[in-house]
Amino acid sequence: MSAPTRSSVLRDAIGLGLAVGLYGAAFGAAADAAGLDLWQAMTLSALMFTGASQFALVGVLGAGGGALAAVGSALLLGTRNTVYGVRLVPLLEPRGALRRLTTAHWVIDETTALSIAAPDSRLARLAFVAGGASIFLMWNLTTVIGALGAAALTGPALAALDAVVPAAFLALLWPRLRTGFPESRVQLRVAIGGAVIALALTPFVPAGVQVIAAVVAVALAGRPRPREVAA
Amino acid sequence: MSGTALWAAVLAGSIGCYLLKLAGLSVPASWVEQPWVARIVDFVPAALLAALVAVQAFTSGQDLVVDGRLAGLAVAALALAFRAPFIVVLLLAGAAGALVHVVTG
Repeated sequence: MSAPTRSSVLRDAIGLGLAVGLYGAAFGAAADAAGLDLWQAMTLSALMFTGASQFALVGVLGAGGGALAAVGSALLLGTRNTVYGVRLVPLLEPRGALRRLTTAHWVIDETTALSIAAPDSRLARLAFVAGGASIFLMWNLTTVIGALGAAALTGPALAALDAVVPAAFLALLWPRLRTGFPESRVQLRVAIGGAVIALALTPFVPAGVQVIAAVVAVALAGRPRPREVAA
Repeated sequence: MSGTALWAAVLAGSIGCYLLKLAGLSVPASWVEQPWVARIVDFVPAALLAALVAVQAFTSGQDLVVDGRLAGLAVAALALAFRAPFIVVLLLAGAAGALVHVVTG
C-alpha cells in the first residue's frame, strides 16, 4: 500500500461523504416518523450535525418522550465528540477563536477517523476539511430527501418506515459489536445491558427516560484496563 | 408535543452538541483523558444505541409489543451479519415490516 497522498486523501474523504449521505436520508425519514417537520429535520442536520445524537433526539421524541429526555440522550451521545476534539487539536492546530469555532462544528466520527488516518498534519487538515465539507453537504441534502420521501408514505409503506427506524439504530450500533472493534465483546455486553434496562423500565417511567437510564449499563464495561491507565 | 416544544428540543440539543464539540478543542487534554472518563465515553454509545433499538422495536408508549418491527429488525441483523450495505439493510427491514403488516392486516 502506497503512502496516502493529497489525491488519495481527497478521494477517501469524498467517498466517505457520499456513503455517509445515505444515513442522512434515513435520518430525514426517522425525523418525519417522529413528528418533526421538514424545517426541524433540516435544522438538526445543519446545526447539530452529529448523526447518532440526531437519531437519538428524534428516536426519543418518536417514542413519545419529552424534550428533556430527548435532549439528554443527544447530549450523552455527543460527549464522544469532546474526546475527538481533544485528539484533533494537535493534528489540526486550530489557532484563533474563529478557527476554533468553525472547526468545532465538523468534529464528528468520520472527520476524526479521516484526520487521524492522514500521515501528517497538513494532510490531516485537508482530510478534515474535505471530509467535513462533503459529509455536511450530502448529509443535509439527503436529510431533505428522506424527510420529504417519508412524508409522502401511506398504508403498508408507513409500516415499512416503522421497521426501518429500529434497523437504522441497529446499523449505527453494529460496527461497535463487530470483531476487530476494540473490546467488541465488552461493547456487546454493555449493549445487551442497555437494551434490557430500557425494556425493563419502559412500563414504569415516562417515555424516553428509559433510554437515558440505560446509560448505567456502561458499568458493565468494568474498570479501565491497566494499559489504558498507563497510556 | 407542541411545535414550540419540538423547536426548543431541536435548538437546545443542537447548541448543546455544538458546545460539547467546542469543549474538546478548548479544554486541557488532561481533563478528558482521565482513564475513567475515556472508559465511560467509549461505552455510552453502545448502551444508548442498544436502548434505542429496543425502544424503537419493542415498545409502543409504555407497553411492550411485538409486531412487524421485530421481523424488520431480525432481517436487518441478518443483513448486517452478511455485511450488506446500509441502504440494503434498511430496504430489507422495511420490506419485512410492510410484509408483516399486509399479512396480519
